[in-house]
Amino acid sequence: MNLATQRFDAVIVGGGGAGLRASLELAQSGLNVAVISKVFPTRSHTVSAQGGINAALGNTDGSDDWRWHMYDTVMGSDFLGDQDAIEYMCKHAPETIYELEHMGLPFSRLDNGKIYQRAFGGQTRNFGGELVHRTCCAADRTGHAMLHTLYQRNVAARAKFFNEWFAMDLVKAEQGIAGVMALNIETGEVVFLQARATILATGGAGRIFQSTTNAHINTGDGFGMVLRAGLPLQDMEFWQFHPTGIAGAGVLITEGSRGEGGYLINKEGERYMERYAPHLKDLSCRDVVARSSMIEIREGRGCGPKGDYVLLKLDHLGTEVINKRLPGIRELSITFAGVDPLKNPIPVVPTCHYLMGGIPTTVHAQVLTVKNGQDHIVEGLYAAGECACVSVHGANRLGANSLLDIVVFGRAAGLHVQQSVREGLGYRTPSSADIEAALSGLNRWNNNQNGESVDVIRNELQKIMQNDFGVFRTAEHMQEGFKKLEKLQERLKSASIKDKSQYFNTSRIEALELDNLMETALATAYLANERTESRGAHARYDFPKRNDRDWLKHSMYFSDGTIDFRPVNMKPHEVEPIKLKDRE
Amino acid sequence: MRFSIYRYNPETDKKPYMQDYDLDSEANSCYMVLDALLAIKNTMDDTLTLRRSCREGVCGSDGMNINGKNGLACTTHLSSLKEPIIIRPLPGLPVIRDLVVDMTQFYQQYEKIKPYLQNSEPVPAKERLQSPAERAKLDGLYECILCACCTSSCPSFWWNPDKFVGPAGLLQAYRFIADSRDTEKSERLADLADPFSLFRCRGIMNCVDVCPKGLNPTKAINEIKELMLEEAV
Repeated sequence: MNLATQRFDAVIVGGGGAGLRASLELAQSGLNVAVISKVFPTRSHTVSAQGGINAALGNTDGSDDWRWHMYDTVMGSDFLGDQDAIEYMCKHAPETIYELEHMGLPFSRLDNGKIYQRAFGGQTRNFGGELVHRTCCAADRTGHAMLHTLYQRNVAARAKFFNEWFAMDLVKAEQGIAGVMALNIETGEVVFLQARATILATGGAGRIFQSTTNAHINTGDGFGMVLRAGLPLQDMEFWQFHPTGIAGAGVLITEGSRGEGGYLINKEGERYMERYAPHLKDLSCRDVVARSSMIEIREGRGCGPKGDYVLLKLDHLGTEVINKRLPGIRELSITFAGVDPLKNPIPVVPTCHYLMGGIPTTVHAQVLTVKNGQDHIVEGLYAAGECACVSVHGANRLGANSLLDIVVFGRAAGLHVQQSVREGLGYRTPSSADIEAALSGLNRWNNNQNGESVDVIRNELQKIMQNDFGVFRTAEHMQEGFKKLEKLQERLKSASIKDKSQYFNTSRIEALELDNLMETALATAYLANERTESRGAHARYDFPKRNDRDWLKHSMYFSDGTIDFRPVNMKPHEVEPIKLKDRE
Repeated sequence: MRFSIYRYNPETDKKPYMQDYDLDSEANSCYMVLDALLAIKNTMDDTLTLRRSCREGVCGSDGMNINGKNGLACTTHLSSLKEPIIIRPLPGLPVIRDLVVDMTQFYQQYEKIKPYLQNSEPVPAKERLQSPAERAKLDGLYECILCACCTSSCPSFWWNPDKFVGPAGLLQAYRFIADSRDTEKSERLADLADPFSLFRCRGIMNCVDVCPKGLNPTKAINEIKELMLEEAV
């Protein structure tokens, strides 16, 4: 068949923080690299990150230690995080921040001219001691500042961008991955982008839930692609619910607002986190705070006419702190809640925010699969950022570790691809069946007629996930949700779009995204049902305790329904392993 | 609520036209213009085409002309608008389809001002120091979301989109000129000294009027002009 093909040393799918950090590394090294992004890069979801990025610089406190950061991250992960990966991330965090500063990122500053650092959830001194100020920020617009800075450096490095191109599927080869099949959204043209290395940096998939802080574009495209290529996803049951999404709108209010001294209250005006977590209170890990808020609401202490939210109080911080440190929050709160936090508390509710699981990788961002209980590296395929599961977040991510994750492992991917290309990593050639397979989703949507609409199926999917796979889970609800999902999956096969045009057909893109949402939801449902314990963000009424004897392991899901497991890495290279213990 | 929306699909339409839609915005829980446009697309007409991403006013995807004024669909309250609500693409840029415009020229002008920190000094081991006062000079500049509401509301840009940098690009030019860490201030000023890049600004302040982030490109342009004068003296 007559398929246009373009060749690159590396193709990066996704123009958020991880993709742009990887592309910068590669473009500066002189490799021929292309970034394909379904939106102009500065529209990627990194732009919405607010509170900051963690690194043990000790600027505000006078001293800090990356080993303390590592300890907090392992504790936060409820021991599901891989300690070798967490060690790598926390150790490289300071140099990564300095690098971003040198690139031009407009960090907020202390009086002595150093980068300002604020308090954030779960961050302590001395292995679980007092709260530490470890989170570097640009007011409450850190993601925006980072994404624009990285894009600007890519402009300087003359990286090649395919903006508003959609990656539909990986193209397989006999050994590994040959590249991606991509659709030019503006013209409808389909091109096979062949690459020595393909790096997935496709972000999260929060749109599987009805209520989410995530952008419309967070549809798990990388997850769909990987599963359809016969590769596994890992730890997909671990979704983080952020304690402070604006009630109704879902828009994020940063944890930095509690880092600056804000706190949550119930309808009696009680600061309830003092009761649930006397040591860290409102700055406990997100899973702990989100569960506490849900208990308050369920036990009738929620606020508002329906008692279905709690309040975030900030007015006691004063005008100067709010306008200087939290200006974006004030703007969002006025626009989306009709509340000026200088005067009144903001109505908030735990809201789907982040996926700790994803595409399993090594610390060098190489994608892994498992065969007969052994890890195998997939040739030519990398993943970094939220779509990857290294795993540095385990069962619960600490706030401000995600911006760190994307730059540390975006860079790691870039470095490893450079090395592999130098060592002779070549191109792989797909068969015509491989090419056909990568086009099958598009062909189905082009051909299907008179089926149910994308919107109907998407709404049902989001409703099922919201009701049956939310903050608290039980076997009964999940099995019911699971059955509904399987039926919905059948209906999706015959769903159709009315708009069959070529030029800038966003309905067709939404249809392809829906395939990815469905794959992601199924992976979540399978693994959430399977894990009969509570750990981090996966909280079950019927199994309320963590069970290290049976469940201290990563779970893996393949799209044929196969479930497998991998051990958690408890062997850091430079420090003693952090031993199992209970969290607050 | 009645919406009158600009439609044009290059595959099927010889000319653009306005199409009316009546939407029960309350039943569909629509508060913002974006909610309404998505409800129309999802339930009435899936061919309606627009860009959107964050839906909270930080990604800059959904700039459009709403009742005659440029703004973001996701942060414009329906309750603030008179009916019929007339929605057009951003003016002054070629239309690709419906509300989607070709932003190539806008991005080219952005790239022209070298939108990245330049510093010719050796790279220090830690961060470059910057006082809170120096950093405060970047407030009101770095927050730009590249939505193009300002530049596409500027008649000087409509006339010379290839030569006039436009308010968004000039705001970013000043963001780097004003950064105490940037060492190429003189070159940056010299690059803007021709009759078009900056001096086509006539100070009519449409840009200030429409910026959804409350930024002030005209002020930045004036700051650049003053620095040019200082350099000349």
